[in-house]
Amino acid sequence: MRLTTLCFLLASIGSTSFAQPTGMAIIPNERSDTLTILSPENEVIRTIETCARPRGIHFNQDRSKFFVGCADDDLIAIYETRTLELVGRITGVPAPETFDLHPDGRRLIVSNEEDAAASVFDVETGEFIADYETGEEPEGVQVTSDGRLVFVASEAANLVHVIDLDADEVIADILVDTRPRRFALTPDESELWVSAELAGIVNIIDVATLKLVGDIAFLPTGFRPEQVTPVDLLITRDGSRAYVALGRANHVAVVDVKARKVIDYVLVGKRAWGLELTADESRLYVANGLSDDVTIIDTATLTPITSVPVGRVPYDILIDDQ
Amino acid sequence: MTFLSMISKVFALVLLLASPAFGQDVARIVYLGLDGDPYYEPQAVYTGLSLRDRKRPLDGVRLGFRDTRVLGRALGVKFELTERLIAEEETVAGVLRDVLDGEPLAVLIDLPRDAMAEAIATAQPQDTLINIRDGANHWRQEGCSPALLHSAPSDSMLTDALAQHLRGQSWPRVLLLHSDSERDLEIVEAVRRSAAKFGLRIVDEKNFELTNDPRRRDRNNIALLTGGPTHDVIWIVDDEGEFGRYVPFHTYAARPVVGSEGLSPRAWHWTFERYGAPQLNQRFRRIAERDMTSEDWAAWVAVRSVVDAVTSVRSADRAAVSAALRSQDLSIDLYKGVRGNFRDWNGQLRQPILLATHNAVISVAPLQGFEHRTDTLDTLGWDRPESTCQF
Repeated sequence: MRLTTLCFLLASIGSTSFAQPTGMAIIPNERSDTLTILSPENEVIRTIETCARPRGIHFNQDRSKFFVGCADDDLIAIYETRTLELVGRITGVPAPETFDLHPDGRRLIVSNEEDAAASVFDVETGEFIADYETGEEPEGVQVTSDGRLVFVASEAANLVHVIDLDADEVIADILVDTRPRRFALTPDESELWVSAELAGIVNIIDVATLKLVGDIAFLPTGFRPEQVTPVDLLITRDGSRAYVALGRANHVAVVDVKARKVIDYVLVGKRAWGLELTADESRLYVANGLSDDVTIIDTATLTPITSVPVGRVPYDILIDDQ
Repeated sequence: MTFLSMISKVFALVLLLASPAFGQDVARIVYLGLDGDPYYEPQAVYTGLSLRDRKRPLDGVRLGFRDTRVLGRALGVKFELTERLIAEEETVAGVLRDVLDGEPLAVLIDLPRDAMAEAIATAQPQDTLINIRDGANHWRQEGCSPALLHSAPSDSMLTDALAQHLRGQSWPRVLLLHSDSERDLEIVEAVRRSAAKFGLRIVDEKNFELTNDPRRRDRNNIALLTGGPTHDVIWIVDDEGEFGRYVPFHTYAARPVVGSEGLSPRAWHWTFERYGAPQLNQRFRRIAERDMTSEDWAAWVAVRSVVDAVTSVRSADRAAVSAALRSQDLSIDLYKGVRGNFRDWNGQLRQPILLATHNAVISVAPLQGFEHRTDTLDTLGWDRPESTCQF
């Protein structure tokens, strides 16, 4: 099995922090307990057995390692990006779903779906540092680039919690629409976008005042509002465009961020959740949870290029290309 | 029953949701049951076996409250639960009047029919009773009341869901088996209506009887009962369950059994895998140490409805919450994939219905392809034009 990745290894021998990116995409499949590795040519080059119910996935600061949240094993697995070898575990993390890395590169902030808490771990020592009470079923986690604020969405309580890490407390609970899931910050970090899965919309929170300032509704042709269940969302680096995976509406919405208007809907697979852009933002990867595949979209033409079968229930995507 | 034991039945559970620094608004919800309710007595059939060991859905109610811990902090509202059982020497009307004096936002009623009728007669239109137990269409039709909402699905919602599945599978020819019990005949009415609604044909209808009498072979021999005209599926209505459990694998022809056995329509199932259901099931299992039933779900969602109404108006004001609860814009997270609210023509909670075997959810109604002019959820149960409910 290691032979298949040899071509990538050759290019990246040496210090891990200066490793050349391979262009591979790493996809956790939550029902088959595997990671699927896609080549830049969109072919499955490797399938790795991993922990039970892998969900969120995130690079460390220099991208030499990545973290996989193992919801049914109560741990976070740490892999080396270059070799795809398991190099560590952070244990005692109750049902991790998604997480974000603090800009200090050490603190990992994890939502504990079954414990109604967000917990903070040191990724180098694996030590538990702190936890904060949230509403039931915390999900999306977003840290601001100055490392001061953490936003955590509580799916069941319809709340976005704002944690001030310096003050070590929850400073606000913002009521949003039904079933908030994931976040995206505009590049200037003035706006926090939150997908409200059951309401079928994205709520926009003004970061300075922590107040709701707008909504964006989605409705691809031929769908009823109740079928539109947005989950993951991304905003491009220049802040012009957002992509929103619409879940059971089987489309990705493309949004003009400034105008807060939908520009287009791109047809993808069933129950699109996870999204990731390549470094040059020319390709958008979409994890389709109920058709067990990943759709790759050309963002210049907004057309799907291909859909690649992966494992059962792909959840999220990581691309090693920068 | 002694006075003391009666007192002991009156207990209040107060959940402190926030430090006292947060608001003073109190949102009260009452669970009202009957002490010694025969419905919750173990129904032993033989040799100590119990086919239906019903549990009061209090764990569902309590889970609904637990879920508000942090929400209360954000809203500045304290959610408070009172669990009240009506003692033998008390009257339903007396207890309910007493309960309503406390101005609760809602009273969850888990009562036998005569007690339920008395409760409905006692409530005023500004009160809110939520029926978490009884599926009879009667309460959604002529027996409806402006004070009454239903979180439990109606019989017709359940039979419509199953009929959709049979239609979807192209199994339109139905052999209907049922007993003569009052409850079974009520459900049979709903089955007949669902069959007509979704174009199923009831090719034959047979009464079964629990007896070994050889002279009654036509009513107790499963091969004889199922040997009639060609059919695609056997739909059994057996609320008691003692006859029905022997029907699968004893049929004359190799046909699937649906209804009370085999594939059954339910409000909830412990194996449901979509829409956050595993999280709800796991949370429930953690507090109750058993699997969540449809009855627990109906109780949980009743609390959830009130909580969501409080959230939408951001206060525990009784009139505002009552209006929000009945608003067609209310968005209740049902954990069944779509948002729910209460039908304005009969107070029934709109909700998907799961079609499940003992260990798997086979499909979820409304099924794809069953369309409706306004809301596909209204393909299940009594729709506005058919409603005879007049508030």
